[in-house]
Amino acid sequence: MGFTTRRPAAKPHIAVVIPAYNEEKSIAAVIHGLRQHGYTNLIVVDDCSRDATAQRARQAGAIVLQHAINLGQGAALKTGIDFALQNGADIIVTFDADGQHLPEDIPTLIEPIIHGDVEMTLGSRFLNARSHVPLMKRFLLKAGILFTWLCSGIRLSDTHNGLRAISRTAARRMTLRQNRMAHASEIIDEIHRKRIPFKEVPVTIRYTRYSMEKGQSMFNAIDIAFRMLVRKLMR
Amino acid sequence: MIDILLIIVAIFVLFAWSRALLRFRDHAISLREFIFWTFIWGCAITLTAFRTQLDFLTAVLGIPRPVDVAVYFSIVLLFYLMFRLYIKIESVEQNLTKIVREIALRRKK
Repeated sequence: MGFTTRRPAAKPHIAVVIPAYNEEKSIAAVIHGLRQHGYTNLIVVDDCSRDATAQRARQAGAIVLQHAINLGQGAALKTGIDFALQNGADIIVTFDADGQHLPEDIPTLIEPIIHGDVEMTLGSRFLNARSHVPLMKRFLLKAGILFTWLCSGIRLSDTHNGLRAISRTAARRMTLRQNRMAHASEIIDEIHRKRIPFKEVPVTIRYTRYSMEKGQSMFNAIDIAFRMLVRKLMR
Repeated sequence: MIDILLIIVAIFVLFAWSRALLRFRDHAISLREFIFWTFIWGCAITLTAFRTQLDFLTAVLGIPRPVDVAVYFSIVLLFYLMFRLYIKIESVEQNLTKIVREIALRRKK
């Protein structure tokens, strides 16, 4: 099962990759929202959920890939990206399964890639005032921005925002090895190392009680920082 | 005079080294790893046997008691071994990831 063959560059083949773990409550709504906005190549990577995420996603019309064991969001994302590349995607959009992201932001996100200005776009919740970021989350993100700057040498306005678009060329160039949440920092690192042209695009993050419960903790932030430092040491 | 400490350490080292030897004979560890463990246990027994002559080390390192040198050395060694273990686990996890992802992709082909 896969997509149709590659289309001419004039009408790029867009694939949306959605890593999901125990998201049965939100996944169907996320898929319906994307379909309503005309995105039909939807790849859900079920990271061995213990609930009905895979069934809900399949019923809602997505292509579902399943990990036999839980590996983490980074690994799920990589599986989805590989599948999209195998099936001829020109642009890959990464989208969260918890309903935080808005399909309305995708056109702004993919436009610079379609025009050939950049190879990658990163969504930023701090480039507009539409996302009402909770105080603790804001503090963690700002610390993450500083860490990313020190670690990768790239100064961003946002970090660990799962909404991004990647051209086929950039996706093939990137080497992602971080299975868990550190993949977001690793992507920034790869942009810097491989000199992938990129830009930040304003997007809106919808904070709901559900998405906040599933969000990152302080412990995760420390784990991400540790993993990135080890990656630096090992290279 | 019987050196009780040396006997205890020697028994422990011999036991630990024999485990490494058995694992090497079973091809569970490489020759490099076997040499590494032989060196570590060799150091342990040598340092224990000649511990009274280690005073020069305390002077060189500026650590007053020889036993402190051994403790500091052990801590550094433990950190190194922990790091090696971490790297090994990462490598195993990467291999596992490859298999799981490959299965997920093949099922969809």
